Amino acid sequence: MAQGQMAPGIVPGRLSSDELTSNFTDLHPPLAPHEAAVAADRCYFCYDAPCVTACPTDIDIPLFIRQIQAGQPQAAGRTILEQNILGGMCARVCPTETLCEEACVREAAEGKPVEIGRLQRYSTDTVMEAGDHPFERAAPTGKTVAVIGAGPAGLACAHRLAMLGHDVVIHECKPKPGGLNEYGIAAYKSTNDFAQAEVDWLLKIGGIAIETGSVLGDTISLDGLVENYDAVFLSIGLAGVNALRAQGTEKDGVRAAVDFISDVRQAEDLAHLPVGRNVVVIGGGMTAVDAAVKSKLLGAEHVTIAYRRGRDAMGASRYEQDLAASHGVRILTNVQPVAVYGNGSAVDIELEYTTTRDGRLEGTGEMIRLPADQVLKAIGQTLEGAPEGLALDGNKIAVTGAGRTSLDGVWAGGDCAAGGEDLTVTAVAEGRDAAMDIHATLVS
Amino acid sequence: MADLTTNFLGISSPNPYWLASAPPTDKEYNVRRAFEAGWGGVVWKTLGAEGPPVVNVNGPRYGAIYGADRRLLGLNNIELITDRPLEVNLEEMARVKAEYPDRALIASIMVPCEEEAWKAILPRVAETGADGIELNFGCPHGMSERGMGSAVGQVPEYIEMVTRWCKTYYDRPVIVKLTPNITDIRKPAAAARNGGADAVSLINTINSITSVNLDTFSPEPSIDGKGSHGGYCGPAVKPIALSMVSEIARAEATHGMPISGIGGVTTWRDAAEFISLGCGNVQVCTAAMTYGFKIIDELTAGLSEWMDEKGYTSVDQVIGRAVPNVTDWQYLNLNYVAKAKIDQDQCIKCGRCYAACEDTSHQAISMSDDRVFEVMDDECVACNLCVDVCPIEGCITMEPMAAGAVDPRTGKTVQPDYANWTSHPNNPMAKAAE
Repeated sequence: MAQGQMAPGIVPGRLSSDELTSNFTDLHPPLAPHEAAVAADRCYFCYDAPCVTACPTDIDIPLFIRQIQAGQPQAAGRTILEQNILGGMCARVCPTETLCEEACVREAAEGKPVEIGRLQRYSTDTVMEAGDHPFERAAPTGKTVAVIGAGPAGLACAHRLAMLGHDVVIHECKPKPGGLNEYGIAAYKSTNDFAQAEVDWLLKIGGIAIETGSVLGDTISLDGLVENYDAVFLSIGLAGVNALRAQGTEKDGVRAAVDFISDVRQAEDLAHLPVGRNVVVIGGGMTAVDAAVKSKLLGAEHVTIAYRRGRDAMGASRYEQDLAASHGVRILTNVQPVAVYGNGSAVDIELEYTTTRDGRLEGTGEMIRLPADQVLKAIGQTLEGAPEGLALDGNKIAVTGAGRTSLDGVWAGGDCAAGGEDLTVTAVAEGRDAAMDIHATLVS
Repeated sequence: MADLTTNFLGISSPNPYWLASAPPTDKEYNVRRAFEAGWGGVVWKTLGAEGPPVVNVNGPRYGAIYGADRRLLGLNNIELITDRPLEVNLEEMARVKAEYPDRALIASIMVPCEEEAWKAILPRVAETGADGIELNFGCPHGMSERGMGSAVGQVPEYIEMVTRWCKTYYDRPVIVKLTPNITDIRKPAAAARNGGADAVSLINTINSITSVNLDTFSPEPSIDGKGSHGGYCGPAVKPIALSMVSEIARAEATHGMPISGIGGVTTWRDAAEFISLGCGNVQVCTAAMTYGFKIIDELTAGLSEWMDEKGYTSVDQVIGRAVPNVTDWQYLNLNYVAKAKIDQDQCIKCGRCYAACEDTSHQAISMSDDRVFEVMDDECVACNLCVDVCPIEGCITMEPMAAGAVDPRTGKTVQPDYANWTSHPNNPMAKAAE
């Protein structure tokens, strides 16, 4: 039986199984064929289209939409996948409102862009539902490449290398491949175990082996990989979580938002997943929104996103902010955490209002105290476990060109590498481009 | 409210919208619904000679062409004339006309090209009280293979002959419906006039195959794997109809002859355009077949609204107003110079004007790195393609140059006077034309 929203503490089963199932269905249901035809007809087939420029993977968007118009969604899918092998996931999780759809001229004209993301999903779903893999491997080169991390960057890199005729081994520390596609990302954006289905489909290219439970610095070392493979691609993501500078963060109920999201993604039965009655999420990015919305969907009574600056500075797009608000999440801005109170377990959180003076954020001294039996930290991830000897750029692996690190034969891409936004689509682009560079190096 | 009452050949109807002879007017049930909905008149589905009625195919009769969102732009049909007994149709017509005396009821007729056949049917039609007849010389499919329909309409001598018989054996207005499947529409129209026709109506449908099934390689609509050309109609054919109507309206041999305009009338605006090109009324079919009879409310209200705005109090005041402005190319003013102008505030930067101009026209639009599109007056020939492909209405306009200004493309001063090809120095015939 559902315990209800009023039950104190962090408990499972706040909502019935039916309510949970309904809450975690697709945020944007897939387009039916006629809907897709109507949506596709809105595309103007712009010259040197701004949407393509805005896409980190340079998908030829007007072309694939025209292919839908012309009744060939599978051909459209291939156009997408040639540029972005994870086009299916990107169709679901890309913040299109800040990428292609923001650039769409119909956004300028009438505030309603062509639904590029949903059309992309329509096309890629058609390809995947057909079951076959539209790409073939080139003749074997005899070269082997190690990819560390089976997230979007690693998978994209591996697929492109395999396509070019190289043999690839992906070393993944987690039990399942997919990276944040599997362990991060809002559940309501990737339903029906899509991440694994996509990986399975991607691997049909052949020539890619995945070794899970393979931990860099433990079961494998960069030196060993460099010695045994012709090239190495590091796509290890950001495994660390930034520390929250406040008192009482060691109390039960305070944890990283990414861990909470991972639990939701991996839960066999959402009815068994505990969530607080009063949840406070610290941060202002997409992870904060995902964690907050998920808490609400699991049945938390009050969910608050507490962000230290104004709404304009939030990493989450306006669309994401509105998504949170539409689910009943309260967005509290210009507050920073001071202390978490409670006897062993969190009960309250104290926040201080902030202001920006001379470009610096500082507390005003005014406090607000909110009930908080669960506090989720979503203040950013950080590089952790990077091998010794790699030059860093800030807190990330320094790269030049298409992901070349300071070490010969070692490339890097995705969130762990400097440059680009930390987005799935950016990771795919970096993985793909690094693969092309690795290929050029190996066959030269 | 402008008065929409029209008097076409002395036949009065409360508005200029008649339903064309077609499936919507095949029987009493439909026609009653049409009159209840407010239609001004109907041309009853074409009657054939006494005897066993024609038969239709028992598979698809229609094929379609769609625009965005499955909006029907063109329809094609292979249906024949009425497949109900003549007697039944005549009884129904008489009953309907008696009950709706204020509405126009025209009988469409198609019988073999023999005097006896016409002589036999005309008195029976007259008995129904129908206001007039329309001679179906237009249907391009099926009946034409039997020497009727467009097979007659394509031979002006036959048109004249049959029209004369009708004027001999029938004392009410005779309208001749013309086929567009002919090279010069003025010839059959003139033949109809010579035969004594009171009016022509046009256009009938155009020979067409809407599509080919790429699995079976059968034309659509497909009957057991085979297809036959049908008659094309609907919004797609309007431009062809307007042009043919205008040809008849301005030709010396047919000028002033009453015309009932047919071909893709879908909204009040289409009707106003037909009327302005010389039509005394319009006939509608595809729009009703697509949306039902209720569209008459928009058709009448829209026309009335527009007439009020323009200060016209009767349809007669609109008839033919555009005819004097239809001319031959050779009389167009070559001293008129325009340039495209892009309103940067309205521009959404899609670049379609650029692609169209750069790839397929005169390379007269520039594109900057930040997607500002501008017309280069020294290259622009004012072809209008950019206006046509621009998705924003009113964003690109054609601005006439003032007399005295220098056209940067030609370096010539824009002249204030009118001058056309007939007197142009490049015209080898110029002297003769003077």
